[in-house]
Amino acid sequence: MIKVLFFARLREQLGTEAIDIPWQPESTVGTLLQQILADHPAWSEFLSKPLMKAVNQEMSQDEQALSDGDEVAFFPPVTGG
Amino acid sequence: MAEDFICVQTEDFSVDEQYQAIRSSTTSAGAVVFFVGLVRDINDGQSVTGLHLEHYPAMTKKALAGIVTQARERWDLHEVRLIHRVGSLDLNDQIVFVATSSRHRQSAFQACEFIMDFLKTQAPFWKKERTTQGDHWVDARTSDQQELERWQK
Repeated sequence: MIKVLFFARLREQLGTEAIDIPWQPESTVGTLLQQILADHPAWSEFLSKPLMKAVNQEMSQDEQALSDGDEVAFFPPVTGG
Repeated sequence: MAEDFICVQTEDFSVDEQYQAIRSSTTSAGAVVFFVGLVRDINDGQSVTGLHLEHYPAMTKKALAGIVTQARERWDLHEVRLIHRVGSLDLNDQIVFVATSSRHRQSAFQACEFIMDFLKTQAPFWKKERTTQGDHWVDARTSDQQELERWQK
């Protein structure tokens, strides 16, 4: 299972802060996003915007490979400081 | 080299206490530079009355520690102290504190700017502003991204 987290504006737009997605062999951050969109087509409007991604709390790119049990977060560009 | 202090908290902080802590941690530093970020009243032409800062608790401290490590790889720093607040903040409240100490001033100045530029574009914080026209999430600025890119040359 992959634990998927959403933050800030994206969390509000999707109306949820976390979902579980079954892990698939050879999955990446990019293919995980496709899996999420297949389950939730209505989310494409929000998930197609520029997003940052983190795998196990480290900034990552779409090509990053996933292991079973990983925590993946999607969020809008950060605005702290 | 002193141990760095990195903290994410809802409470306010005292610049004087932080300065005294970094000042007294060594006798070999000739310079301390610090930056304080505040909640400003106008942003993108709208009257701001306060803001809420959300973060990704499991990642935030790790991301900040990573930024401090990168700064240490580039400059010879004695100590870094970094505090970022989360939760609800009012106008003029302190948001962020970064202090760097080094033997000579150039390293402390540059490292302090570097840490802020990376924090603004790489650490998982998001501001939601309260304005007279309602609440809204702050958009990331391309100018912040450009500030970051100057360190990558």
